[in-house]
Amino acid sequence: MSGSTNETGPIEDALRRSVGPSGGRRRDAGAGERQVSERQAGDAARRLAARVAAEGLADVSYASADSPFGPLLVATTRRGLVRVAFPEEDVDSVLESLARGLSPRIVEAPAPLDTVRRELDEYFQGRRRDFALELDWALVGRFGRRVLRVTSQIPYGGVQSYGEVAADAGSPRGSRAAGNALGSNPIPIVIPCHRVLRSGGALGGYGGGVERKRWLLELEGAIAVRRQGERVARQRAPRRD
Amino acid sequence: MSDELPPFQRFLDGHRDVVWRFLVSSVGHSEAEDCFQETFIAALRAYPRLRADSNLRAWVLTIAHRKAMDAHRGRSRRAVPVADPAAVDARSATARPAHDEALWNAVGELPARQRSAVVLRYVGDLPHRDVAAAIGCSEEAARRSLHEGLTRLRKVVPA
Repeated sequence: MSGSTNETGPIEDALRRSVGPSGGRRRDAGAGERQVSERQAGDAARRLAARVAAEGLADVSYASADSPFGPLLVATTRRGLVRVAFPEEDVDSVLESLARGLSPRIVEAPAPLDTVRRELDEYFQGRRRDFALELDWALVGRFGRRVLRVTSQIPYGGVQSYGEVAADAGSPRGSRAAGNALGSNPIPIVIPCHRVLRSGGALGGYGGGVERKRWLLELEGAIAVRRQGERVARQRAPRRD
Repeated sequence: MSDELPPFQRFLDGHRDVVWRFLVSSVGHSEAEDCFQETFIAALRAYPRLRADSNLRAWVLTIAHRKAMDAHRGRSRRAVPVADPAAVDARSATARPAHDEALWNAVGELPARQRSAVVLRYVGDLPHRDVAAAIGCSEEAARRSLHEGLTRLRKVVPA
């Protein structure tokens, strides 16, 4: 080539600096113009995400849900709720693992999660005891599914031991395996893995931190609200360990 | 580059500004919204089949270029001038120097391929090779279109 395409002339600089008939782009463009362009692009992107979610073109929609723990990330597929992530979980890591495990067609769109967010709200306010949500178990393996289905049957206000859950899931000596399955519950709170305790009533572990487990059990009245560090586990349906 | 495609939302976040600027420069403000929606819906449909090491910026600008061409064809059927003054956002028109207005009006009047080459190169910030891929021509043809477009702009717009 002749090299006649001058890359640094005044016209080229003006094209680079400016941003077309509306909006600014480079650092030396007017900040107001740039903000207008970026705001318009942001608005267009939100309309796009809402539209593809409404038309069923997205495989996963996610949104933020308020909670006493801070904002939860909630994600749904066409089948149902597939993921609840605690505030300290890195959003990009959560989205990347959803992309790997389900599909990269993921958009941020609140509307498909309106019911989820409303039910969580009611639950945290103590006005809801059972979630009436469709769940998508796609992120859970076969054994984990058995364990988490058993866990889903523990009623509000009740608790069970790891051993009991393992036995009900068909793995009587697998309380450690059951513990692992509970620890990797992708839909905490809604699948109430916080209702599974150590035999004897010690709280055991919790993916979202043991303080949150205690808080949830107190909300549900499964353990007495702490007075001077004392803690009592009341098993609603006492069973063998 | 990552060995996995980013979640679509991250792809959208990362490229919405450049696609928006490209479309506003290419088809004007009034048609940018429709082209933007069509561009990213087409991208979403094709997304899972994309190779993870693809140049996502060049890929989405290629789609945007096609949508802009469709919009131009539709507009010429309706016999509306390409540099439709109504397409210029009135708010920014008052906020920017008259010189830039003249420049972008002139860009709007370029022949389609020259306009695409100029906008992809300078608004999209694509290298010549990717400009050529987006337009669907050889790199040399893309350089030529760019050169012809710039020559025409220099004649019309005083530097």
